[in-house]
Amino acid sequence: MDETTAGHDDLLLRVIDLKKYYPIERGLLKKTVGYVKAVDGVSFFIRRGETLGLVGESGCGKTTTGRCIVRAIERTSGDILFNDESAGWVNIPELSNEEMKRLRSRIQMIFQDPYSSLNPRMTIVQIVGEPLIYAGMKGRAVEERVAYLLEMVGLQPQYMRRYPHAFSGGQRQRIGIARALALNPRLVVADEPVSALDVSVQAQVLNLLQDLRDALGLTYLFIAHDLSVVQHISDRVAVMYVGRIVELAETDELFLNPKHPYTEALMSAVPWPNPRLKMKHIFLEGEVADPANPPPGCYFHPRCRYAQKLCATEEPRLEDVGGGHYVSCHFARELALRGAMANLSTG
Amino acid sequence: MGEALMPDNDVLVEIRDLKTYFFLEEGTVRAVDGASFSIRRGETLGVVGESGCGKSVTAQSILRIVPDPGRILQGEIVYHRRRWHTDGSTLTERVLLTELAPYGPEMRAIRGAEIAMVFQEPMTALSPVHTIGDQIMEVFIVHQGASRAEAREKCIAILERVGMPKPHRVADSYPHQLSGGMRQRAMIAMALSCNPSLLIADEPTTALDVTTQALILDLMRRLRDEIGMSIMLVTHNLGVVAEMAERVVVMYLGRVVESADVDAIFFDPKHPYLRALLKSIPQFGTKSKRRLEPIEGSVPDPYNIPPGCPFHPRCPDAIAGLCESVAPEGVTLALDHYVECHLYR
Repeated sequence: MDETTAGHDDLLLRVIDLKKYYPIERGLLKKTVGYVKAVDGVSFFIRRGETLGLVGESGCGKTTTGRCIVRAIERTSGDILFNDESAGWVNIPELSNEEMKRLRSRIQMIFQDPYSSLNPRMTIVQIVGEPLIYAGMKGRAVEERVAYLLEMVGLQPQYMRRYPHAFSGGQRQRIGIARALALNPRLVVADEPVSALDVSVQAQVLNLLQDLRDALGLTYLFIAHDLSVVQHISDRVAVMYVGRIVELAETDELFLNPKHPYTEALMSAVPWPNPRLKMKHIFLEGEVADPANPPPGCYFHPRCRYAQKLCATEEPRLEDVGGGHYVSCHFARELALRGAMANLSTG
Repeated sequence: MGEALMPDNDVLVEIRDLKTYFFLEEGTVRAVDGASFSIRRGETLGVVGESGCGKSVTAQSILRIVPDPGRILQGEIVYHRRRWHTDGSTLTERVLLTELAPYGPEMRAIRGAEIAMVFQEPMTALSPVHTIGDQIMEVFIVHQGASRAEAREKCIAILERVGMPKPHRVADSYPHQLSGGMRQRAMIAMALSCNPSLLIADEPTTALDVTTQALILDLMRRLRDEIGMSIMLVTHNLGVVAEMAERVVVMYLGRVVESADVDAIFFDPKHPYLRALLKSIPQFGTKSKRRLEPIEGSVPDPYNIPPGCPFHPRCPDAIAGLCESVAPEGVTLALDHYVECHLYR
């Protein structure tokens, strides 16, 4: 593994050519007639202490990518290299169950729905303490640690004997965060952690996630569809479309200076909470490509207003066009696209 | 049937002191608790608020489809129906929706025809066992007495009008065969089939991706201008409101806490709740990474709405000895700018 990891000590995670294909089975004999390519060759890295945002529309493969990383599902191919403090670089999909059990404390996940992700029959101390007991902690020590964790996420420890239904959505999300942090993880995969929350509560949870990152030195993979939330919390952002990353750059660079036509359209579609702005939307015609039967060439070309002949035949590769700005578009260097700020023409 | 003597001929629907409660075993939920506002002809009115503010129940009350065990306890909903005579003159009829039987003939004639609706999840509003075409044709057959052939023709025309590619094929499809955006278009087509005077859209784009949302909002705006209808747009998304609405009603725990034209809502907000709400959202497109200013606490559970001003436990400006005991009365600050807060007495 030396060649891929040497000299990358500042990195915590490297994902290389990750693929997750689901077979499409037909008939009595369950013959495989094709594949849904949910994740189709995704590569990126995350630095220690960094927040990488992963955005895209429904079905783009962002959640599947996150689930492969925490190994909630098995990937089809590709490497997921994690830089563990004690074991050094390990390839997550190749770990044995024993090794994976040890690594689980290092990588944790926060889920979208605080209503269905907590067991309603368990008290808060049981929910948050479960991973601790699993890791061998016992008795008073568990309760003390749970109390500490609850306080850390802004909940009162005296409520630890209550059940989830006694808590609001925002409080439940805090409980989920406390559980995720119980074993001192290094990497947290947060899948739409604020999208089920009320607007006024979203800000509380976003601030909490930022505070915890700074206090505990956490690294986040922040998966979301809401561009303003992703922009707010991320250091760098990757944009996915039909199982692939089409663009990845530092947050400000991506939002001010997008280089992929899909990113441009995505940003132009966000309605701004400012009635004095006259929005100039780019409307995407047609439907998102079918991941079981994607078009030849660039997957975005049937909907792209800049598409040329080449785009229908040749697949673009994700390339660095300068300063760590990765784009998968044949014309990334030539196109002058509108950033999010370009919509700021007050009318 | 009083007529034409309305003080304001521009008003389409008036809601006065509406109270819609749900009587559950666990207690009474005062979902809408004394809300008053009006919808004007040809305007898009945004109704915003967080979960439990009563925005959807208000919409259901207007349509008279409040589900059991909910009941309209008090208040009036007046629909000013305008009829055109052959000589071009108009007559405005005053229809008290709150006095009609919810599933009686008069309300049935209004609902789905004069007042139409679009919901968040088209799959729950469309029948899964009938084709899109059959469902739209039914509207023409029931409300306009059209023959099947006429209805089919009108159905294709309306599908074309909402920008549906291959309208014949879509008409023969079942809802599950269409994408979310296409289903929402089909539902809009169905809602607009009788040229309604009011379209009630309850979170019409919340389940859609942002690029699809932009298309659907654009479609609604265009059709509103073509048909000359009003839209009551119920949403939690302040961006959608800013883009679509001319006037905005802000609700919190069953009450209208502020209403004004959209510019004043965003640039001259008065109620501490609205001020705080606007500060708590991340500003898309701005480079500065300022820390968000969240509203303390969370929306109280609906069985235990705080006494006095319902926002006082979370309010940074609450006046001790007043806000926790006395419910504020509404104040009209400027033309069309209404607020319910003791700070403005």
